[in-house]
Amino acid sequence: MVTAGLGTMDRPGAEQVEVREAALREAWSAWPGVASGRHVPPPIKADVRSLSFWYGKVQAVKNVSIPIADRRVTALIGPSGCGKTTLLRCFNRMHDLYRNTRYEGQIVLHPSGTDIIDRGVNPIEMRMRIGMVFQKPNPFPKSIFENVAFGLRMKGFRGRSEIADRVEAAIRAAALWDEVSDRLRKPAYDLSGGQQQRLCIARALATEPEMVLFDEPTSALDPVATARIEELVQSLKERVTVLIVTHNMQQAGRVSDFTAFMYLGEMVEFDRTEKVFQNPGKQLTEQYISGRFG
Amino acid sequence: MVQPRDAAQAAKPVERSVPRADAAASMRFRRAVVDRAMQGVLGLAAASSIAVTLGIVYILISESVPFFRAVGLKTFLTDTMWTPQFAVPRYGIVPLLMGTLVTTMVALAVALPAGSIIAIWLSEFAPARLRETVKPVLELLAAVPTVVYGYFALLFVTPLLQRLWPDLPTFNMLGAGLVMGIMIIPYVSSLSEDAMRAVPMLLREGSFAVGGNKIVTATRVVFPAALSGIAAAYVLGISRAVGETMIVAVAAGQQPLILDPARPLDAMNPGQPGATITAFIVSVSLGDVQHGEIGYQAIFAAGLTLFVATLGFNVAGYLLRKRFRQAY
Ligand SMILES: Nc1ncnc2c1ncn2[C@@H]1O[C@H](COP(=O)(O)OP(=O)(O)OP(=O)(O)O)[C@@H](O)[C@H]1O
Ligand SMILES: [Mg+2]
Repeated sequence: MVTAGLGTMDRPGAEQVEVREAALREAWSAWPGVASGRHVPPPIKADVRSLSFWYGKVQAVKNVSIPIADRRVTALIGPSGCGKTTLLRCFNRMHDLYRNTRYEGQIVLHPSGTDIIDRGVNPIEMRMRIGMVFQKPNPFPKSIFENVAFGLRMKGFRGRSEIADRVEAAIRAAALWDEVSDRLRKPAYDLSGGQQQRLCIARALATEPEMVLFDEPTSALDPVATARIEELVQSLKERVTVLIVTHNMQQAGRVSDFTAFMYLGEMVEFDRTEKVFQNPGKQLTEQYISGRFG
Repeated sequence: MVQPRDAAQAAKPVERSVPRADAAASMRFRRAVVDRAMQGVLGLAAASSIAVTLGIVYILISESVPFFRAVGLKTFLTDTMWTPQFAVPRYGIVPLLMGTLVTTMVALAVALPAGSIIAIWLSEFAPARLRETVKPVLELLAAVPTVVYGYFALLFVTPLLQRLWPDLPTFNMLGAGLVMGIMIIPYVSSLSEDAMRAVPMLLREGSFAVGGNKIVTATRVVFPAALSGIAAAYVLGISRAVGETMIVAVAAGQQPLILDPARPLDAMNPGQPGATITAFIVSVSLGDVQHGEIGYQAIFAAGLTLFVATLGFNVAGYLLRKRFRQAY
C-alpha cells in the first residue's frame, strides 16, 4: 500500500491514533479501571489467564488472571506465603526443575501469542526470552565477564567481539560498567552484594529478553544498594517488561506502574499503582497497604 | 512452654529451703567435675594421635640418619640404580620414585575422570532412589582387600591387555595402575559428589534461568562451584595411589626400573615391570634382612621419602582448597 510509507509511520494521523487506542482499550476491557478516563493503557505483553499452580497437592496459585503491560513495571505484592514467588516462577517455567508440580491455565506472551505454560513450549527457549533475577545475588563461580557472557553462549553466540560488545552493553544497562570495566576478568565473588546483584541483572539482560522477572531483588541489600537497584529497575522499562515481587510497599509504590495484590494464592486486586495505593477497590487491599497485616 | 533445663534448675532454689540450695550447688559442682574430666579424656585422645604421628616421624628420621650417613643424601637422590640386595649395593631412590610416579599416573588417568563423571552423574542426574543404591555399592569397591585387586590385575587384567599387546610382560605397571585406578574411583567420586551436592540450588537455578540445560549447569556451574571439595577428593585419590602397596607388589613385579640416562623417557613406559617405594618396603620386610643392617635402614629412608611426598600432596591440597574456597 502506498500510504503505508515511512512518513505516515512517523506522524500517524489522528484517525490511526484513535484506532490504536480503541484496540488497546478493547484489550484491557476486562480491567475497566486501567483503561478508564483519559488514561491510554500500553499494549499487553503477557496475559495470565486463569492460572493455577500446585506443589504436589498444595495449590499455591489459584485461578489468577492479570495482564502484564508492555515495557512497564508490574509489582506483585501480598503477605508472606501468598504465592508471589510461585506465580513469578511460572513465567519462566522454573517449576519444571522440580518433580510433582503442575500448572493449569495460560500465560500468553504477545506479540508472538506463545502460551508459556503449554507443554509444547521449550522451557529453555522461554528462559532465553524471559530473564530472572533472584532474591539473593547468585553469580556463577566465574569471572565478571563470563557471568554475563554465559547466557549469550547458551543462546549460541560465538564471535568474540560480538560477545564482548553485548557483555559491555548489558553491564552498562545494569549501571555497573564504571565499577567493573577495569576488572572484567576478576572473579564475580570479589564484588559487593549490591554489585553482585547488578551483575545478575546484567546477566539477565545480556540475551536481550523481552521480559525480566525480579523476586524481591533488594531483600539482601542495604538501603544504598537498594536505591540503585530501584532506579535501575525503572530505567529498564525503556527496553523490557518488568515483573517484580516485593515485600516493601514503598518500593512497589516507587518503581511500579501497575500493582497486583495477592492473598492466599488468589489475585485480590489489580490496577494502576496510584489507584491501588491511594484508592484501593477492596477492603483487604486497603488493610494490607495500611499495614494492618502481613 | 518447655523451659531450658538450666533455667528450670536455677529457678528451683529460690522457692526451696536452704539445704535444697546446697544440693543444687553440689550438683553443679559434680557437673563441672564431669565436664572437666570429659575435656581431659578428649584432649588426651587428641594428644595421643599427635603423639603417634610424632613417634612415627621420629622413628623414620632416627632410623634413616645412619643410612644417610653411610650412603649420602646426594647418592640417594641422584644414583640411577636401586640394588640393595646386590654384592655391591646401590641406593638411588629415583628408580623407585619413578615406579611410584608411573603407577600413580596410570591410576589417576582412570580414577580422576571416572570418579568425576560418576560424581556429576550421581549428584546432578541420578534420581535420588538410584543414587542411594549406587553409592554404597560403589563404596564397596574401596572395601575390597587390596591383595585381591593385586591378583585381579595379575590374573585378569594383564592377560586381557596381553591380547591387545602380546609383548606385555606378565608383571607390568599398566595392569597394576589400571586396577589401582578402579580401586580409587570411590574415594574420588564420593567426596566430589558430596561437594557438588553442597552447592546451593540457587546457583543451579541461576544457570537454568539464562537458558542453561542440565549438562551445562552440571559441568560449567556446579562443578566449578564445588572445585575446592573436588580438589580435596583428587588429593585424597593421589595419596591413596602413592601409598598403595599390595596391588603393585603383586602385579607390577618387584624389580626396580632401570634408568638409562641416554633415554630417560623409557622409564615412563607403563608396559614394563617396576617396583614402587611401597613395593620395595614390603618386599624387604618379607625377606631376611637383619635389624641394624643398612638394607634394613633403607626401608626407613624409602618410607621417609614417601612420607615427605604425601605431606607435600596434603599441603598442596590444603592450599588448593584455600585457593578455590567459595562463599556461596
Ligand atoms: N517447594 C514447595 N513445595 C511445597 N509448597 C511450597 C513450595 N514452595 C512454596 N510452597 C508453598 O506455596 C505457598 C506460596 O509460596 P511462595 O513462596 O510463592 O510465597 P511468597 O508469596 O513468595 O512468600 P514470601 O513473601 O515469603 O516469599 C506457600 O504456602 C508455601 O508454603
Ligand atoms: Mg517469595
